[in-house]
Parts: sequence; C-alpha cells; structure tokens
Amino acid sequence: MKKNDDLLRQLSEATGPSGHEESLRHQLEELWRPLVTTLRSDAMGNLIAMQQGTGPEPRPAVMAAAHMDEIGLIVTQIEEGFLHIAPIGGTDRRVLLGLEVLVHGREDIPGLIGTRPPHVLSTEERKKTVPWEKLFVDVGLPAEKIAQLIRVGDPISIRQPLLALENKRFAGKALDNRASVVALTLALAELVQREHAWDFYAVATVQEEVGLKGAITSAYGVDPQLAVALDVTFAKQEDDSKTGVFALDKGPTIGLGPNFHPQLFQRIEAAAKELEIPYQLEPTPGASGTDAWGIQVAREGIPTSLLSIPVRYMHQPVETLAWQDVERTGRLLAALVAGLESTYRPGWENEGDGPSARSNQ
Amino acid sequence: MKREKLIEILQSLSDVMSTSGDESLMRQALRPLLAGHVDEMRVDSLGNLITLKKGTGESQLRVLVTAHIDEVGMIIVDHTTDGALKVRAVGGIDDRLLPGLNVCVGKEQLPGVMGVKAIHHSTAPERLRAIPIKDLSVDIGAKDKKEAQHLAPLGTRVTFSTRAHPLGELLAGKAFDDRAGCTALIALLHGEPFPFDLHGVFTVQEEVGLRGARVAGYALEPDVAFVLEGTIADDLPKKEDVSLTSEIGKGPVLTVMDHSYISAPWLLRHTVKLAEELGIPYQFKQPGIGGTDAGAIHLTRGGVPSLTLAVPCRYIHGPISLLKPEDLEATIDLTAAALRNLTAEQLATN
Amino acid sequence: MNLELLTKLTQAFGPSGYEDEIRALIQEHAAPWADELRTDPLGNLIVHHRGNGQGEKIVLAAHMDEIGVMVSHVDKEGYLRFTRIGGVYPLHCIGSRVRFANGTQGVIYLEHREDASTSPKLTQLYIDVGAASKDDAPVSVGAPAAFVRPLVQQGTRLISKTLDDRIGCYILLELLQQVQDSPHDLYLLFSTQEEVGLRGARTAAFSINPDLAIAVDVTGTGDTPKALPMAVALGDGPAIKVQDPGMIAHPKVRQLLVEAARKAEVPYQLEVLRGGTTDAAAMQLTRAGIPSGTLSIPCRYVHSPSEMVDSQDVENAIKLLTAALA
Repeated sequence: MKKNDDLLRQLSEATGPSGHEESLRHQLEELWRPLVTTLRSDAMGNLIAMQQGTGPEPRPAVMAAAHMDEIGLIVTQIEEGFLHIAPIGGTDRRVLLGLEVLVHGREDIPGLIGTRPPHVLSTEERKKTVPWEKLFVDVGLPAEKIAQLIRVGDPISIRQPLLALENKRFAGKALDNRASVVALTLALAELVQREHAWDFYAVATVQEEVGLKGAITSAYGVDPQLAVALDVTFAKQEDDSKTGVFALDKGPTIGLGPNFHPQLFQRIEAAAKELEIPYQLEPTPGASGTDAWGIQVAREGIPTSLLSIPVRYMHQPVETLAWQDVERTGRLLAALVAGLESTYRPGWENEGDGPSARSNQ
Repeated sequence: MKREKLIEILQSLSDVMSTSGDESLMRQALRPLLAGHVDEMRVDSLGNLITLKKGTGESQLRVLVTAHIDEVGMIIVDHTTDGALKVRAVGGIDDRLLPGLNVCVGKEQLPGVMGVKAIHHSTAPERLRAIPIKDLSVDIGAKDKKEAQHLAPLGTRVTFSTRAHPLGELLAGKAFDDRAGCTALIALLHGEPFPFDLHGVFTVQEEVGLRGARVAGYALEPDVAFVLEGTIADDLPKKEDVSLTSEIGKGPVLTVMDHSYISAPWLLRHTVKLAEELGIPYQFKQPGIGGTDAGAIHLTRGGVPSLTLAVPCRYIHGPISLLKPEDLEATIDLTAAALRNLTAEQLATN
Repeated sequence: MNLELLTKLTQAFGPSGYEDEIRALIQEHAAPWADELRTDPLGNLIVHHRGNGQGEKIVLAAHMDEIGVMVSHVDKEGYLRFTRIGGVYPLHCIGSRVRFANGTQGVIYLEHREDASTSPKLTQLYIDVGAASKDDAPVSVGAPAAFVRPLVQQGTRLISKTLDDRIGCYILLELLQQVQDSPHDLYLLFSTQEEVGLRGARTAAFSINPDLAIAVDVTGTGDTPKALPMAVALGDGPAIKVQDPGMIAHPKVRQLLVEAARKAEVPYQLEVLRGGTTDAAAMQLTRAGIPSGTLSIPCRYVHSPSEMVDSQDVENAIKLLTAALA
C-alpha cells in the first residue's frame, strides 16, 4: 500500500464530478481489489466492495459508505469559442474566477475560468459576484477545434494539486469527500488483517452532491443490518468559529440526532473511548445532508451512524484538513466493525437511555 | 371508548417528552395502553411501534393506520462559557413563540427558561424583529460551561413544559399534533376487531421528514392507509374572507391535497359518503398546505391509496394547543366507519 | 402529425391526481396495440407490449397529468380562492380561464393592489365563476380545475396548453404502433402526478422494475429574447438530456439515444437544463437504481397556457425512439 498521504494526494487530484465518477472508480478498484473478497459496481456506478466475515450464516452485513463524487461544472453552451457553464452540485461561484480546470471532452482539455475585466464594468457590477451566465471557460483553442473536442454536457473539474501545509495539514480540492474515501481504504487495510464476524461492505457512493443518489440505491441493493456514512463536516475557521463548527485535529465528529440510531452511536463512542481516539459530538436536528440521511430510510429502515472529518473552506478548491483526523476515522471504523458480535443488533430495549443518560465527555 | 377515558389518555400522552428521533418515552407510555388490545407489537429500526390487531378473517385486505409519536422541540448543539445552552429546532418551530418560555431539558426534565434581552436594552428595530432560534438560549441555572455540559450534554432534547388540562369546553396541552391522532388510533385498537388485519403503527420522525412512516409503509405493504393527525385550525378573527384551514368544533378534517400528497379520490368519496350517512360532521382542510405521513406512505413500493383524517387543533407546534373533545370523538367514529365499510371490490374497481 | 389526436390529448382534463379523463382517452388509443393494460394504485396507466424474450425490459414514461388549480376557499360573494397544482405562476394566471371537472368555467383575475410594482402572489388572485354568493357557487373547496386554451398549428409550430406533457403522451401512442416488432419488453408508462413531485413514476417504476427507463418530456430552450445560455432551440431536433437539477442521465441511456439518432438520421441536441426535472429522476432511484435518461421535446413557455413546440422535433423524436427500440 502507498504511503498514506500519497493516497490522499492521488484521490484528491483524481477527477470525479457527480455522475462522472468512472475513472475515479477504476482507480479505487485497483486500490481496493487486493483488500477485499468481492468487488462490483452497480447500475448507478457505486463501487461496492465486500470483506467476508467469519460469523455463522446467515451473516449480518455492515455497510460503510463514503461518497466519491465531487462538485464540478458542466458545459451548457459553446459560444464563439468560449464555454458557458453551470454547476454540478453545490459549486460556489465566488471562488471560481481564475481557477484552472480540466474539460472532460473527447479528451481532457485544460482551461481556465474567466470573465470580463473589472475595468469595463460599472462600480455596481464590481461589487457583486459574477453570475453564472458571465463566467466562461477559456481553453485557448479556435472555435473549429473546440467543436471537434467539446460538446454540450461535457463535465469540467477543478485542477488543483494537493498542498502540504504545516503540522500534517493538507489543502486541496475534493477533500469533500476523498478524505473519507481514504479513511474507508485505511479501514479496509486494517480489517483485511483482523477477524470480524460481520460481512463488511465498503461502498464508494456516487452522486451524493446532487442528492444522495448513490447512497439511496446502494443501501437498497446491499440491504445491510447496520450502516455508517463517512463524510466531512465544517471545521472552525477564522471567520466561522461558533456553533456547528468543529476543531481540526481533535478527531472525527459522531452524529447525534434523528438521523442516527442512539445505540449505534453509543457503541461507536465506546469504541473511540476504548482506543483513546479523540472524537467530537455533532448534534444534528434533522437532515444531516449526508449519505446517512438516504441510507437510514432504505427498505424497512437501517440503523445508521455518521463519522465526519472536519474540513475548512468547504466546497472550495482549498479544502483543508488535519491528516490525523483521517487516520482516526479509519481506525474508529475498523474498530467498530471488528467489534461487532454476530448476534449484535441495535434495538430499543433499554428504553430511556437517551443522550442525557450517556456518560459525559 | 368513553369521553373521560379518551381525555385521560390524550392528557397523559400530551405530557410525554418525545421529540423526533428520541421517542422512547412515548413508546413506553403506549405499551401498557395497548397491551391486551393488539395481537403483536414490535419496534423497528427507526423506532416505529408496529402493532397488529387481527381481523375477523372476513377480508384479506391489508390496512395500515398510523399516527406519529414525535413532536417538535429542540436539541442542544452547544454550551456557552456562561453555562447557557444553545439550541436548534427539531422540526418546524415558530421562532416567535420561544422568548419567555418555560422548557423541559432532557429525560430528567430539568426546568429551563428562554429569556431574551430586556425591552429596555433593545433598540426599536430589535423590538420589531422576530429573534431567530440561533440567537436564543436556554438557561437551566448552570454556573458555567462545565456544569451545563454535565447536566445537559450535547444532543439532549428540549421540549415545551406544558401539562395538559381542560380549558373551558376545550382541552389544552402541548403536542396535540399528533397525540390527538395517537389517542384516536389507541381507541380504534381498543375496539372490536375489523374484518381485516389492522396494522396500527405509531410512527417516528414525522416532523423531520415523514421518515418513520416511509419505512413502515415499505415493510407492511398495505393496500390502503389512513393517517390520523392533529391539524391546523386558523379560526381566529381576521379581516379577510379567506380559508380558516379548519375550524374547531366542525368535526374531522379530511385532506384533499396538501404539499405531500393527493388523497385517493375514491377513498375520500367513500369517507365523505359515510360521514353524511351517519350524520358525522366533517370538513375539508384548506388544500395546498401542510404535509402528513400519507405523503411518504402513498409512495411506498407500488403505491398506496391514502387518506388523512385529522382533529382540528389551534396553535399546533406551539407550547399549548387546543382541541375540542367532540372533534376527537367524531374523528374516531368516522375513521372506524371508513375502515369497517372498506371492501376489496372498491380497491379493484378504482 | 395526427392533429386530431393531439387536439384531444391537449384538451382532455387531467390536473395531477385527477387524471381519469385523460387516462380513458389514452387507454382507448393504446388498447388496440397493447398486449396488456393496467391502472395502478396511483392511477398510472401501464401499457405493456411484449418482446421476443431476447430484449431488455424498458420503461418509456410520459406524464399525463397537467398543472392546474384547486379551490381552497369560497368567499361570501362567491369568488373562489385557489392553490396551485404543480408549478403554476401568478403572472401566467391573470386573465386565464380554467375549467372544472363539472364543466364550470372561471376567469382568474387579480384583486386591487395599492402597490402594483411587485409581482402578484397567488393569494392575491381569485377565480370568478359568475356566482352571486357562496351558496350560488357551482364548485366547492377541493375542486380541481385545468387551464383552458386550444391547440393551433402555425407552420411547423404547435401551440397549446398542456403540451407538457401531452406531447410526450402523443409520441408514446404513435411510437406504440411503430414498435410492434421490437424485441424489447416495453412498458409505456402514462404517469400521474409528475407535476407535484414525480409521484406516479416512482411507484410504477417500483412495480415494473425495469432494466432501463426513459422519460419523454418537454424541456426549456435558449432561443428566446434574452434567454439564459442554453444550447437547445426549437426545431433543431429532439434533445437528449445530459443533466437537469433532478438527474444526471445515465451514460448508457444517453449513448443509446445518441446512437439511435445517428441510425435514424435525425438531428438531435444535447441538453443541460437549469430548472426543472422529469420522471426519469424518480425512476432512476427505484430499488437498487435503474439506468435512466430523458428524451426531451424543446418547448417554449413551459407551464404557461401557451406552450410551443415544433412538429418536426416531435416527428424526429418518434423516429429516434423507434430506432432506439428496434
């Protein structure tokens, strides 16, 4: 296996806007194949890997899902050699100006994002962010050449090398949610060497950024008895440091609220305590906005939990995280899976055991 | 069921703390009320309490009746250095009614208050502005952050602290949406067996997206579903001649169309016809507003004809709602009639 | 073009949830060419044409419901207040006529407003059915109504209410006759309640459980004054959807449609839509996921009572789909 931050680099720099995850999936297949019992992709393009457990049949299954897609752009029209664009997922157009991109046409074509210069705009226009219809991708090619290479509907991804900052912190694009894909890979690598009673399904889901789509269909297909979604969450940063943001390098957050089964939560918290893995609590009043929200209501309902890696500057090409948090997430997930007894099922027997009856941190 | 008994059940359920995703106290309260009246009882992955009341065997229909056991409330998301609790709404809460409230914190029911800056220190524009929940906090008397964290950890739920009680000819209490529906469903399960097996489900997480009903509908594969609710009555004085949504004292409220679904027209006709034959008052809810568990259930598997019947309630989603016991009784009577007269032929021909 | 059929289809009553009349009409035209027809719990009409056992199980969906209004209140003077069924915009309503299931027609107008500079809200509109009082009103709370506007043909353009998506229904009915020899197991799904959240397609797709699903619906265009950038124009061929806010088309379905266009030698356009979605978005998420896509008919003024399409795009869509299913 590669050195771990090389893995983060490889996956951060790989391209996979929602709905266009194929090349990324192939890279992941190569990484995962040596670690798993079976490997398949489904109709939506989810990559579904399974490590067989050692418990008696019928063996329960636990599914861990990390979405592999990233936000991006798409060509809506080609005008005089310039590409009109629209977002794929929640792309923040405030951060697009001046970025380098790759247009995934008949081949990958480098370009950049431009708009008309400020000198020719009114003061009013300069105070506003640039609307979509005034942002263009410029690939520096003549119109005839573009017509041969690029079509309406071609996806575009941001080009951004992973940057190593101080203290093993990294900045780059698509750390939402490649950081979790790395954590999931680390868990697979650990579990391949450890005995576990349950079958472990690692799913790299597609199209999370456009509506949790891969999670909804893969949870139906895998039909697990337990599920854990891995995603990123908002880290404290200079201009956003109060409620609902979490410290970098203090461990993953564990979700708490209607989206999450309380007993599964308790089990994960206990595993973290036992291994002395630092963690944070993330109370979430309703929709978590993650794959966990889609998975929980698949079929007859699935007890679900969520581990999130704090990331600063979400949905920007400079998403920043602490490497330790990625590693901790992988270890915690592996510990949870390895610790599942064949007969374990989270239930509601101890009615009354809610968050307030929990031991305090 | 006698009115006194209905009122007793409704009042006891109204007082239970059961915010979305944390409904264990409601399940606990329901179990003894249902024991002996249903043939099976189980709890699923999301916490739905699923019961089966076996039928007489005359009909092979699979019928689902639901009422949701969750209520709107709050969840603690942070603690301030001074020991105040920062909260966010679980479900749809009207921010305007929070300032000045007494609340209950956690299963130990710690008392707390939600005060705001004194009017003397508020600027004129501040006095006009509704204060968003993120700017409010709950004070339980904790001395500092550490004590607040100890007494009310992150994720602890907060509810209105109202105790149900009679008020004039009405009943007052919190969470009549949907303890009114729960009471009606209990009454139905206490009654004589139906011609078919009745799957009575007390659903969770309605207020955060109809989540419990969705998985229960999938699991039970019903032919028809009825959803019992407490719904909006907007029958206060107003200048404009506009819809009242529903009115207290005018009987069960039938949904034609809301944000979440369109009632199966034949099921609605069936129910209206019975109401008219039996002389049970009824009213239509103002079309186009609100949503209920029917929105999730009717889309499960190959589709389920569904209908919502509701008890009209004033001030739902607030600390005290009001309803009229006669409306609750009429809702039970009409639902029972609609159920007992349901035939497989109706399904086949519609 | 079979204008007689299209006239009937566009004029039949069928706001979301109340599709009985349009369903009966479609059923009558589909029955002679179908192996099996059924109506499901949500009112979807499912027309099955069996293949030769060698092909795939394919759903083609066009929604038969239309946008409309529903009475929410009758005031003392007999004026009706209403709510929307689907994406009804106040500006399109003023001066429009609506028809109720019992034949009653009404005029929608706007109450007097002191400040007329802002766009009106739906709550400021009312329906006048000519009633003198509340008791005199021929319809009551809960009554659905559809907009009124005839079909006209002008050159190659067709203008009518409800081309969204009766044009899709028309295409499927014509297609049914063209694909009698298709090897594929075809399910033509005339879906309900698309305009209120893709509801019919969702449950029908679950019960059919196909290998592949294609919606046939209208899409917006970028060829009107000051339109936002969109490379779709009326008359340039049917549009093969790449993405809309509800769905990213499955590459396999997209490719199938592109190849069919080449095979049938019809022009096509690739479509990225910024607002709106189709039944394919719901079908895609059925069970463990179904490869889904959409063939769109470019349409101006979608959700107004005067939607406009080009009849050549319609003919070409039928040819394209025929080739795709051969």
